[in-house]
Amino acid sequence: MNPHVILRVVSKFLIPLIAVFAFYVQFHGDFGPGGGFQAGVILAASVILYALIFGLEAAKRAVPPAAVRIGMTLGVLIYGGTGLLTWALGGNFLDYGVLAHDASHGQHYGILAVELGVLFAVASVMVAIFYAFGSRQPDMTDEDW
Amino acid sequence: MPPTFILDIGLMALLVVVAFAIVRMRSLFVIVMLQGVYSLVSAAWFVSLDAVDVAFTEAAVGAGVSTILMLSAMLLADRQSKEIDMRRQLGPLVVVIVTGITLFYALPDMPAYGSAHSPANSYVGMDYIARTAEDIHIPNAVTAVLASYRGFDTFGETVVIFAAGLGVLLLLGLNGNAGKWRARPNGVNVSSTYLPSAQIATGESEESLDNMADIEAGGRS
Repeated sequence: MNPHVILRVVSKFLIPLIAVFAFYVQFHGDFGPGGGFQAGVILAASVILYALIFGLEAAKRAVPPAAVRIGMTLGVLIYGGTGLLTWALGGNFLDYGVLAHDASHGQHYGILAVELGVLFAVASVMVAIFYAFGSRQPDMTDEDW
Repeated sequence: MPPTFILDIGLMALLVVVAFAIVRMRSLFVIVMLQGVYSLVSAAWFVSLDAVDVAFTEAAVGAGVSTILMLSAMLLADRQSKEIDMRRQLGPLVVVIVTGITLFYALPDMPAYGSAHSPANSYVGMDYIARTAEDIHIPNAVTAVLASYRGFDTFGETVVIFAAGLGVLLLLGLNGNAGKWRARPNGVNVSSTYLPSAQIATGESEESLDNMADIEAGGRS
């Protein structure tokens, strides 16, 4: 019998809620506290919690290291790409006003895009660093602590 | 005296207490946990200062993820920090005291807490708050400054985080090589993969390490 049965049951219930909360923080960032950085860390925390409870191998099956590697690059590319797009549309670098017919709408789209880039970059880097450190140590028994 | 001011003083006092506890501890596990406590208390303090965005980040990064990262880094190293000779601590002590005196000397030049005429609240800061509503049409001025007015800075931050992740991956590798690589605390080879490194390094018996209270007691001695 696994001694961590309560931890497993509770975290199975909590991890989806944490992930959903991350997206709430992400897309509600315009109206309340939050944004890409916080959402990225919360999303990474849900993956790390999964790894802590169910083991690193299970987490790597759920979120493969290849996806993490692509995610951290994609985040910077989305952010930089938004800047290049505004450039291509005739504005300054990261001047979102040109993204839509109306300057304030363009600002909304631009903020949404760059926050998405920040979310990808932060969440992936946090998970990547955790994988990098966690993979160095063989799995431990409880007594080792 | 407003009640929030008393709350601020209380939280700051708690931070000082936690900081002294961290300095006095020898067990790295306890130190990492206390750092999480420190972050959580500062997050509470930031909420009291109305900086909810910063508090949010501090709680998520400081108390959450960085505690886990410090723990996983600690597993690769020793569990206890070594005693340092008193004479070697004199130099750092002098640096800390001189820095502290300099900061207190500069304190009267700081604007009063919450002053409307402080540099942070005048010039561009005021400008951003005044113009967010008509320029960007979003209620959260922090997001407007972060993503739009200061978009270049945030791009830089994202690249810094990317670079940090890249550096760790280049040094450690994303998949690691679990089982093949062994931690060598203080140059001592760990013979069994399941033996905690601190035990080999300090030669302590297994029973004493199982007991958390013993580790704490060792930390105070």
